[in-house]
Amino acid sequence: MVVANKYEMVCGLEVHVELQTKTKIFCSCTTEFGGEQNTHVCPVCLGMPGTLPVLNREVVNYAIKAGLALNCEIAEFSKFDRKNYFYPDLSKNYQTSQFDLPICGKGGLEIEVEGEKKWVGITRAHMEEDAGKLVHSGDTITTSNESSVDYNRAGVPLLEIVSEPDMRSIPEVLAYLEKLVQILEYTEVSDCRLEQGSVRFDINVSLRPMGATTLGTRTETKNLNSFSSVRRCMEYEIARQSRVLDAGEKVIQETRTWDEGQGVTLTLRSKEEAHDYRYFPEPDLAPLVIDREWVERIRKMLPELPEARRVRLQALGLSAYDTGVITQSKALSDFFDEALSSYGDAKTLANWVMGDVTRLLNTNQCNVVDSPISAPQLAELLGLIDKGTISGKIAKSVLEDMYSTGKDAEVIVKEKGLAQISDEGALLGIIDDVISANPQSVEDFRAGKDRAIGFLVGQIMKATKGQANPGLVNKLLKEKLS
Amino acid sequence: MSISREDVEYVAALARLELTEQETQEYTEQLNSILGYAAMLERLDTTDVLPTAHAVPLHNVLREDQVRPSINHEKALKNAPDEEEGFFRVPKISLT
Repeated sequence: MVVANKYEMVCGLEVHVELQTKTKIFCSCTTEFGGEQNTHVCPVCLGMPGTLPVLNREVVNYAIKAGLALNCEIAEFSKFDRKNYFYPDLSKNYQTSQFDLPICGKGGLEIEVEGEKKWVGITRAHMEEDAGKLVHSGDTITTSNESSVDYNRAGVPLLEIVSEPDMRSIPEVLAYLEKLVQILEYTEVSDCRLEQGSVRFDINVSLRPMGATTLGTRTETKNLNSFSSVRRCMEYEIARQSRVLDAGEKVIQETRTWDEGQGVTLTLRSKEEAHDYRYFPEPDLAPLVIDREWVERIRKMLPELPEARRVRLQALGLSAYDTGVITQSKALSDFFDEALSSYGDAKTLANWVMGDVTRLLNTNQCNVVDSPISAPQLAELLGLIDKGTISGKIAKSVLEDMYSTGKDAEVIVKEKGLAQISDEGALLGIIDDVISANPQSVEDFRAGKDRAIGFLVGQIMKATKGQANPGLVNKLLKEKLS
Repeated sequence: MSISREDVEYVAALARLELTEQETQEYTEQLNSILGYAAMLERLDTTDVLPTAHAVPLHNVLREDQVRPSINHEKALKNAPDEEEGFFRVPKISLT
């Protein structure tokens, strides 16, 4: 990103993802969100002396799965280390994390910004325990006098995914984060509920003069949990650093915190003092040996990822925009695929899924996985249009009824007598009536005014309460008038 | 490898320990003596020896992902120096 044509922004990210296991990483306490304070705890996650942590197998499975989806190398040998620091969000004075032998090595993913594709490297991803929650008595972390600690979250498994400093603009950062969260959602290793803090972002930002090849001094802003905070925080930090550099001063390497209310970043701690974590191997946990058979077993469990789905759907004739909307979430994409298996017209299906179905779900604030209309039911409804049983217009109202009653389309059509009138004999009678009642329009049509036929068709549809087969009406009417 | 007074002061600061002049002096000597003893290991040829990650020859000690009951509130907070409404209470947090 060009900042006032003088500086180039360089950004790398650390993303913490809570893995959706049932239990914590080193003990059998539940990971359930919420709960009364300090009720999802035990001697292990409270750091009582004499307790022994035991690693949750599912955490390793999820870490491997996420690593594979992010094109990472999976380590054959991995271990845990203690990261020592004094802060009461963990009661042990250290966090059990991974230092030099993380479970996932180099990987990356491709992003697209304004039609330009770019590879963003992932340096590593490692397993660690989440910390407890501190409630500060003051307004913010920098002004509080006392804190209350809830250790329910302490020990919830995290995967920390560290990117290379490959991003050069805010749109690139947002594209990377959206893609990363999307892939994690598809692999189902995390519920990815940003509003509950399931995914948290640390942003490393530095500026350097345009054309420079060495990196400038960076700041790290921790614990953002929405894309909009990331964008605002970066805008602020880039402006702040460029003011510092413009004044001929030096950016101080430090950890900062984002104040959502004020829209500013504030100094949390300077790096020189706080960064000596004195990592050493965790003696209470045995190392991991991950044979390739284990990795392949997990690879087989990977779902088709969003990129592959987009390619497949575009091959069926859907536009890039449509495939983007449908593959936005795995749930919607799965719904589409399930309907597609019994209704072959991908384009029509896409229009219904993105249009009326999504609108109904949004209006009712319903997630697609809880949709009262199942994918096969939608496919059946669309089949009824193709067969000529109902018109597209009637189908929309049938869909509404399906949503509120959960009934099949065919049942609703039968109960409400909505089937199209495709019986020529019945239609001809109505057509004759309409023709004799509207001599002016008939004359206009014969005089070459094509629009007049539209009016006549409209009258016929009105007379049949919209149930006449429009194609057949057109054909019969033209035959009559010619 | 030798340990200087500054090293001892630095490590003490990281560990939030306040040392007297005499203690600093004493620990500097003791730590040098301990590290000097351990330095004997450097005489060994470790060319083909893999770095040791763990002293016990075990790996993949794992448990299944099954929830077991947590301990109750009272027990959890029993040893807390201070508590309020089920929270652990801690003094002002100093980050540096």
